[in-house]
Amino acid sequence: MTDLTDSATRAVGTSTVRVEGREKVTGAARYAADVPFEGLAHGWLVLATVARGRVSSIGVDPVLAMPGVIGVIHHGNAPRLNPKAGMFGIPDGTLQLLQDDRVPHFGRPVALVVAETLEQARAGADALVVTYEEEPHDTAFSADHPGAYTPVSAPVSAKGDVDAEIAASPVVVDQRYSTPEEHHGSMEPHASMARWENGRLEVVDSNQGSFMVSTILSALFHLDEGVVRVRAEHVGGGFGSKGVGAQLILAVMAATTFDRPVRVTLTRHQVFTVTGMRPATRQRIRLGADSTGRLRAIDHESVNQTSTIYEYVERNGEVTHALYAADAIRISTSVVPVDLPTPTWMRAPGCAPGSFAVESAMDELAEATGIDPVELRLRNEPQVGPLSGLPFSSRNLVGCLQEGARRFGWADRDPRPGVRRDGRWLVGTGMAAGIYGAGSVPSTAAVTAEADGGYTVAIGAADIGTGARTALTLVAAEALNVPPSAVRMKIADSDLGSAWFAGGSRGTSSWSWAVTAAAEDLRDKLVGIDRIPPEGITGRGDTAAQIAALAQQERHAHGAQFAEVAVDPLTGEVRVRRMLGIFAAGRIVNPLTTRSQLVGGMVMGLSMALHEEGLRDAAFGGQVNGDFAGYHVAAHADVPDIEADWVDDYDPSHPSGIKGVGEVAIVGTAAAVANAVWHATGVRHRTLPISLSRVLTSQA
Amino acid sequence: MPPTTRSDISLRVNGETHALTVDNRTTLLDALRENLGLTGTKKGCDQGQCGACTVLADGRRAVSCLQLAVAAEGADITTVEGISDGEDLHPVQEAFLELDGYQCGYCTSGQICSAVAVIREHAAGWPSAATGDVRPDAEPPPLDAAEIRERMSGNLCRCGAYPAIVRAVGRAAEQTNAGQGAERTNAGRAAVGLGTAEESKVTA
Repeated sequence: MTDLTDSATRAVGTSTVRVEGREKVTGAARYAADVPFEGLAHGWLVLATVARGRVSSIGVDPVLAMPGVIGVIHHGNAPRLNPKAGMFGIPDGTLQLLQDDRVPHFGRPVALVVAETLEQARAGADALVVTYEEEPHDTAFSADHPGAYTPVSAPVSAKGDVDAEIAASPVVVDQRYSTPEEHHGSMEPHASMARWENGRLEVVDSNQGSFMVSTILSALFHLDEGVVRVRAEHVGGGFGSKGVGAQLILAVMAATTFDRPVRVTLTRHQVFTVTGMRPATRQRIRLGADSTGRLRAIDHESVNQTSTIYEYVERNGEVTHALYAADAIRISTSVVPVDLPTPTWMRAPGCAPGSFAVESAMDELAEATGIDPVELRLRNEPQVGPLSGLPFSSRNLVGCLQEGARRFGWADRDPRPGVRRDGRWLVGTGMAAGIYGAGSVPSTAAVTAEADGGYTVAIGAADIGTGARTALTLVAAEALNVPPSAVRMKIADSDLGSAWFAGGSRGTSSWSWAVTAAAEDLRDKLVGIDRIPPEGITGRGDTAAQIAALAQQERHAHGAQFAEVAVDPLTGEVRVRRMLGIFAAGRIVNPLTTRSQLVGGMVMGLSMALHEEGLRDAAFGGQVNGDFAGYHVAAHADVPDIEADWVDDYDPSHPSGIKGVGEVAIVGTAAAVANAVWHATGVRHRTLPISLSRVLTSQA
Repeated sequence: MPPTTRSDISLRVNGETHALTVDNRTTLLDALRENLGLTGTKKGCDQGQCGACTVLADGRRAVSCLQLAVAAEGADITTVEGISDGEDLHPVQEAFLELDGYQCGYCTSGQICSAVAVIREHAAGWPSAATGDVRPDAEPPPLDAAEIRERMSGNLCRCGAYPAIVRAVGRAAEQTNAGQGAERTNAGRAAVGLGTAEESKVTA
């Protein structure tokens, strides 16, 4: 037995089983579509079947006559929304559902059928006849599209004279890379229940941040602050796709219109269609280097598709901002609006597709200079932010590269491509580096000392599978100097106050700071108190002032990934045989769940490298593979044993030394796999995914 | 009398028989979730592609979204809520918990039901696509990582918990087999609803 003090001080950094784990393995954990309500009605979306045009008629009457149908909501009768609503105060056209007859893209919701049961709602939606006045559409995204422009929010950032440095470089890599539409595919389809209860709008939702959702929802429906309460106790994955969902807006409309609790759950096909995706990107990378591999110039051009109703920028150049030193750097980003659904953040937005391009190009530079890929990266390690000149809060990419190379057995690697055979398989290894931003966003928390000797932590955090509940339990235990078993967590409720959402790899860092601040406040309040009153004593934390006072620094998590692949030249099959990722991602709060999250990011990166490609039909702009049969995500049989570990990287600019691990693990994975495929076959794949057909039709 | 669109059925779930009236279109999945309140079984795709709704029907794995409730009458259904022995977790559940074989938890019910059946199917001598020697009288293959990955591939996990799931299934199989011994008998096959070796020769 360890004594209490001992176990408390060891809380952070000790592998700890998820506090909600038992609920998850017994099926007791309730997700948004699992919570029962008296008198619940069900809504079913009807989606536009044309790529562009206007709704000319909606055949409501026959559907209203169907058994169990309560009503149909459409642009003719839907509640009017606030057109200015959106995240960070930026008006978001994707939220403006059923406000007019315009159809901006295939799959835009045009109606919601509400009925007593799921089956009746579905039958009503299937039977609803909607006619359209079609208009010519443009769904063909390309790099040289005449509609491309540079967004105001993404100006060119540069230092030095990139063109002059490249002209003067003895070694130049100049290549183009393509990544396709990719879909989040969280296993839980988006679901929301809304009802009016005692003058409040109560929402049970599947989202990544209940406070954020409540704020936007209030603005959207012209409601006063405090009217809306949003909860999301358990969330079945998000990966960027779970903000204010279409199903939520429509559920609120229906609950308001029919004065009933209404649940709307998306079908899997609807998830693919209406919840956004990582956009297709086209990138051009130019690297100029001297013969020792030292970079003189990095030029990173990127263009992505967006929609006509929201300007979504995939910031691929993020990865270039601070990865390598170079005399000259230029990052330019443009977008092409087309008549397709609006893209959105997907795990490591920008850095995931951006790193595929840059880290493939670095491998090509290693090939051109004859320098080992690990060594090439070590030679270009920056001392300060390459563009900003700011110091790094902490950085240990060198440790990742060296430890990864050691564990992977990289030193023995024969650099020649296409020369290793194992039976019918060609075998090769590859690596890539990764980077993703870190930092904290202002949040509030409360910690209450209870009369029973326990402590209740209340914070509007979300646990979408990250292990946030457990991590914050450990952080609170450390801050209070009590064992984790004394801490109870209350999260995922907008009534708990302002807090950042599960996004940008800034959840644990932001929330833990607020929890620590609240615990400190509580400890001050407990001085001299020898008896806790029945209502408890509460300490509060608000990190806004401390975060605003932080010095400007480059804050990033880093990683190095290594992959071994086998390629069958007869079938085109690529098998990943082993993968290793070493990360420098701040202080690790819970090694057990951190390892899971890192491995999970690498699995998604493997899937991005080999499998995932959203395909569209040019004739109608719809996705032709919008389900799990057509859009393959890595399954058990695709994934080898994957090792993820970390090196020291305490971030002194955070009170607990924490960064974030949610996204850095997918950054560089696809390039590591692609570089291994080159090493195996001698063929460079600059277009993802490296599918069987691409391998078969490629030439060495 | 007009043809009815609803049926009175009885479903045997987790050892209890439930009488209920269902819309004829109701899937077994929706009957479990909406009629019986057994929401541990999850709807991930509703079209048999993800495995989140996996239950055991007479001991065999079944995706409950592809079966109508009216067609499930007479079957002995086990959901994730019926896997544990009261408060005592099944070895598969213990292993998922301790080895962190999940993240968001949404595919977990299906993974666990699948894993319970995989261990039984393997113990009964059934081969998979990863099995080298599939002759009926061949020695059973070890339930190694390749076998587990192949047999579990009907259950998607977007969080990417696969490596931990494979370890968890392997550990649970060791514990289960150590406790009970792996019986590769026709009786064993019949017990998990797989038919006998003789029957399998005919249908193979």
